[in-house]
Amino acid sequence: MPETSTSKPPENMDTFLKGIWKENPVFVQLLGMCPVLAVTNSVINALVMGLATTFVLLMSNTLVSLLRKLIPKQVRIATYILIIATFVTVADYTIQAVSIEVHKALGAFISLIVVNCIILGRAEAFASKNTLGRSVLDALGMGGGFTIAVLCLGVVREVLGNGTFAGIPVFGESFEPWIVMILPGGAFFVLGGWLLLFSWLKQRKKQTELAA
Amino acid sequence: MVSESHMFIFLNACLINNFVLSSFLGICPFLGVSGKIDTAARMGGAVSFVMFVASLCAYGIHNALVAINAPYLQLISYIVVIASTVQLVEMIIKKFSPALFRALGIFLPLITTNCAILGLALFQTNRQYDLFQSMAFALGAGAGFTLALVIMAGIREELQLSDVPEVIKGAALTLIVAGVLSLAFMGFAGLGGH
Repeated sequence: MPETSTSKPPENMDTFLKGIWKENPVFVQLLGMCPVLAVTNSVINALVMGLATTFVLLMSNTLVSLLRKLIPKQVRIATYILIIATFVTVADYTIQAVSIEVHKALGAFISLIVVNCIILGRAEAFASKNTLGRSVLDALGMGGGFTIAVLCLGVVREVLGNGTFAGIPVFGESFEPWIVMILPGGAFFVLGGWLLLFSWLKQRKKQTELAA
Repeated sequence: MVSESHMFIFLNACLINNFVLSSFLGICPFLGVSGKIDTAARMGGAVSFVMFVASLCAYGIHNALVAINAPYLQLISYIVVIASTVQLVEMIIKKFSPALFRALGIFLPLITTNCAILGLALFQTNRQYDLFQSMAFALGAGAGFTLALVIMAGIREELQLSDVPEVIKGAALTLIVAGVLSLAFMGFAGLGGH
């Protein structure tokens, strides 16, 4: 990547924004699917999951970036996993302390943040090669993109499957909830639907470009 | 929970609460390696084996950590053991079947970050299974994972020959098929007399 002093601010902005949109970890890179599908049956669960993942991503990217010159090449993956597992343990105990109900609802999936490929992927592909500042921006962008994606699923599934938004009813009494949205199958359908929407938009954009 | 029979635990992990289709564990290989039945079956075999070994190790580690009263080390020790087991399996496969080793490619080391394995270890600890229950759980989970992967690969092989709209091709189609499959597996819900 060419780096000149004049293009610094937009480039930093780009580091942040690419995680949110152009390289969105869920919708574009299809990484970290398990938590995306498993805990998005309500808005609150999805939000907590998104924030916890962003926290772990931020901390691990920070530490990996700071230690990047000290970690020997051969054992780097093992080191990254240990760093990530430490911060996941921190997040796990924090959520447990703040709200035992949310902790119960998310269950083993908080611990499973360890094996979320997004985090290891960013440590290996970005933080191990870049300065602290850019790694932090990258973590925030990717974490933000992940949070937006889980919220996209969580909102659709809770509103349609339960008739509520974060616990508050949004439809009248007569609304019949779409039970399938809360069921495991619904998770696949909603994610499939979002991907379909994005690929349709992409195709349409390509067609208008061709026509122009 | 502790009194569940071994057969029920096996069926539960394999069919009723299939690891892939209803607990969403191991989605990455499920979406990635399910292109061909052949590769899918081998991947399933490798994952099942790692699951079985990791489950035994996790049982031992859990008891050791309880004995020294350090539960906060659980996650870290599990992931280290799983990573070493995967390394071991990789070396064994490379030695005895280089063809399989090449066919699995990058997905073999990625078993480390397969949430199905860590999920299995965490679930069996949460549910306080004893040694034999853990073994039944691991075998059931492995069988369920392989089953889901092979069915999916079968469907996708058929799909290659059918005429689907350009826009839905790829991940979107796979996910929607997975959703239908997941609904089908809900039919097993009555199994085991609950």
